[in-house]
Amino acid sequence: MAILLDENSKVIVQGFTGQIGTFHAEEMIEYGTNVVGGVTPGKGGTTHLGRPVFDTVKDAVRETGANASIVFVPPPYAADGIMEAADGGIRFCVAITDGIPAHDMIRVKRYMRRYKKEERMVLTGPNCAGSISPGKCMMGIMPGHIYMEGNVGIVGRSGTLGYEAASQMKELGIGVSTSIGIGGDPINGSAFKDHFEYFEEDPDTKLIVMIGEIGGPQEVEAGMFAKENMSKPVVAYIAGLTAPKGRRMGHAGAIISAVGESAAEKVELLQDMGVTIVPTPSDFGPTVAKVMEKM
Amino acid sequence: MEIHEYQAKELLAEFGVGVGPGGLAYSPEQAVYRAKEIGGEVWAVKAQIHSGARGKAGGIKICKTDDEIWDAADELLGKRLVTHQTGPQGKVVHRLYIEQGCDIQREIYLAFVLDRAAERVTVVASSEGGMEIEQLAAEKPEAIIKIHVEPAVGLQDFQARELAFALGLPASMLSQAVTTFQGAYRAMRDLDGTMVEINPLVVTGDGRLLALDGKMSFDDNAMFRHPKIAELRDKSQEDPREMQAADRGLSYVGLDGNIGCIINGAGLAMASMDMIMHAGGEPANFLDIGGGASAERTAKAFRLVLADDNVETILVNIFAGINRCDWIAEGVVQAVQKIDIGVPLVVRLSGTNVEQGRKIIKDSGLDIIMADTLKEAADKAVAAWKAHTGKS
Repeated sequence: MAILLDENSKVIVQGFTGQIGTFHAEEMIEYGTNVVGGVTPGKGGTTHLGRPVFDTVKDAVRETGANASIVFVPPPYAADGIMEAADGGIRFCVAITDGIPAHDMIRVKRYMRRYKKEERMVLTGPNCAGSISPGKCMMGIMPGHIYMEGNVGIVGRSGTLGYEAASQMKELGIGVSTSIGIGGDPINGSAFKDHFEYFEEDPDTKLIVMIGEIGGPQEVEAGMFAKENMSKPVVAYIAGLTAPKGRRMGHAGAIISAVGESAAEKVELLQDMGVTIVPTPSDFGPTVAKVMEKM
Repeated sequence: MEIHEYQAKELLAEFGVGVGPGGLAYSPEQAVYRAKEIGGEVWAVKAQIHSGARGKAGGIKICKTDDEIWDAADELLGKRLVTHQTGPQGKVVHRLYIEQGCDIQREIYLAFVLDRAAERVTVVASSEGGMEIEQLAAEKPEAIIKIHVEPAVGLQDFQARELAFALGLPASMLSQAVTTFQGAYRAMRDLDGTMVEINPLVVTGDGRLLALDGKMSFDDNAMFRHPKIAELRDKSQEDPREMQAADRGLSYVGLDGNIGCIINGAGLAMASMDMIMHAGGEPANFLDIGGGASAERTAKAFRLVLADDNVETILVNIFAGINRCDWIAEGVVQAVQKIDIGVPLVVRLSGTNVEQGRKIIKDSGLDIIMADTLKEAADKAVAAWKAHTGKS
C-alpha cells in the first residue's frame, strides 16, 4: 500500500502540451505512471504523447476515468487550474507550479471548503517536486530511480533535500512507501499534519520522516498532532539553522517572521513532543535506521 | 517587494484611508518649499528608507521654522540610516517626506497580515499604538486584537465596528473607522499585499483618524498583474548583489561567513549551509541555482559568489533531478577555466548521470576537490578554507 497515489492512479496532466508538461509527462510515463491524458483548453480532440487531450478537466474525467492530476499550468492561471481539478472530480492533485500569488492560494483554499471533507480533493504543493509511491506511481519531477520501495513515509517542503534523504536511506537499504512534497510556499494545499494522518492509517508505512524548514507554524502543528494521535514514530529535520531572521531563503515560505519560526525553536518544540531529530542533513539515513532498529 | 512610506500613504488614501497633507523632497530647498505649500506651523521631515523604527534612528525630525527644515533635510539626505531592521550597513536616504504636524490625542496600532496558520488575511490591532508589535506581543499580549477576514466576502461592517469599539473609539468616529479598516483591507487584497501596517494610526484633536505612518509589502509573485506597483520599486534600497542575482534568475542572500555556496534547491541550500556550520565553518551566502542549470548560469553563479570579498572557499553541491550532473560538471569546468577563482573549490555531485559528471571534472585536470556525500563536502570545504587562510 501507499498513500494518495498508487498503481490505481489514473493521472491527467494539466498544461499537458506545454514544454515543461511534455518533458515531465514523458518521464512519468517512462517510470510507469498511468498517464491517461491531459488538459489544454482549446486543444481538445487532439493527441499528445499518444494520449488524448481535452479542453476541460470534466471532459478528461468523463472520458478516461482520471482520478489524479498534476498541474504544470503557468503561475497566473494555476490557481484556476487547481480549482477546475477540484470541481472536475479529481481526488488527488499535485501542483508543481512555482510562483502562484499567495492571495490566489487563499482563494483556492476557501473555494475547496465548498466540498464535504470526504469528497474534497487532496492538494499538494504548489511549488513542489511532486510525490511518488516507488514502483507504483510517480507524479512529479524527481529522479524516480533514487527511491526504493519500502516502509518509510516521507513528507517535505523541499525537492532536492527530499532526494538527499531518500538516497541516504537507499544506501542503507531503507525504502519508501510514499514520498509527498507539500512545497515551499507560505500557503499550500495541504500541511504536514494532513499527511501524518494518511501515513498513520497506511499499514505499509512504519515510520514517518518530516523534512521541514524555517518559517510558518506547520512543522510544530504536525508535531503536536503526532504526539496526540499517532502510534508511528516521527523523525524530523528542520533546515535553516544558519538562516537570519526576516530574510527569505529561496522558498517564498522560508522566512522567519514570528516567534517559533526559526529552525532552533522548531527543533526544540518538536523534541519536546517526542519527535526524533535528525541532527545534521547527512544523518537522515543513520537516524531512520536507528529508530527502525528499536521498533 | 517593499515601498516607501509616502508611496504607501498615496495608495492607502486611494482606498479611503485618511492621511495628512504631505509632499516629497529631494533637496533642502525643495523641503522648505513643500512645507510652505502644505501649510501649518509644525512639520515632520521624514527619511524615506525601506525600514521601520526610523524615529529611534534619528530619521524623523520635527521642525517649526524654515531653517530647521532646511537643516534637517540637509542632514538626512545622503545619510546612511541604521535602524535595528536595516542591519549594520544601514540604508541611504535619497528622498524625504515632509508632512504637516497634527495634534495627536491617541495612537493606535493597525496591521493586516497574511496569516499562514489561518490561511487568510488577519487584522492585528491594538489601542497601544506607536510601540512595535513584537514588543507589544511580548509585554502586553492581552492588548492585541485579532480578526480573521473571510476571503469570500471581505472585512464585514460588523467586524470593522467590533474592531472600532474594541479599540475604544467614540461612536462619533465609527463611520470613519469602518471606512479606514475596510479601505486598508481592500488595499491589501486588491493590490496583492503581503502586509499593510499603519503604526500609528492617530486620533487627532479635531476628531480625525489619520495614518501617521504607512508600510506596505507586496507579493513578488503577483507583480505581473500590478505593473503600477512594480514601478514603485526603489532599487537603491535593496542589496545590490541580491538584486543582481534576481535579475539573473538566481536566488541569493548574502551572509557574513567565508564559504561561498552554489547549490540547487532552496531546502538543500539551507541544509548545506547548516552542514558547513556543523563542520565548523560559516556560509557566506545562500544561493539556489535552480533546476535545469546551464553552463552559462553556473558561470554567473560563480561570478556572483566571488563578488563577495569575504569568500575564501567555494562549495558546489548539486543533487540532480531535472539537472544532469554532466551538464553541471561542464558548467563548473567552463566557469573555472574562464574565471580565475583564486580560492579552493569543493564540488559534490549526486543524482542523475553522476558518474559522467565526476569523470568530466576529473579529466579536466583542474584543481577541484571532489566529494561524494554532503558531510564529506562540508568537511572538505572547511578543511580547504582553513588550509587556504591559515585559520583554525
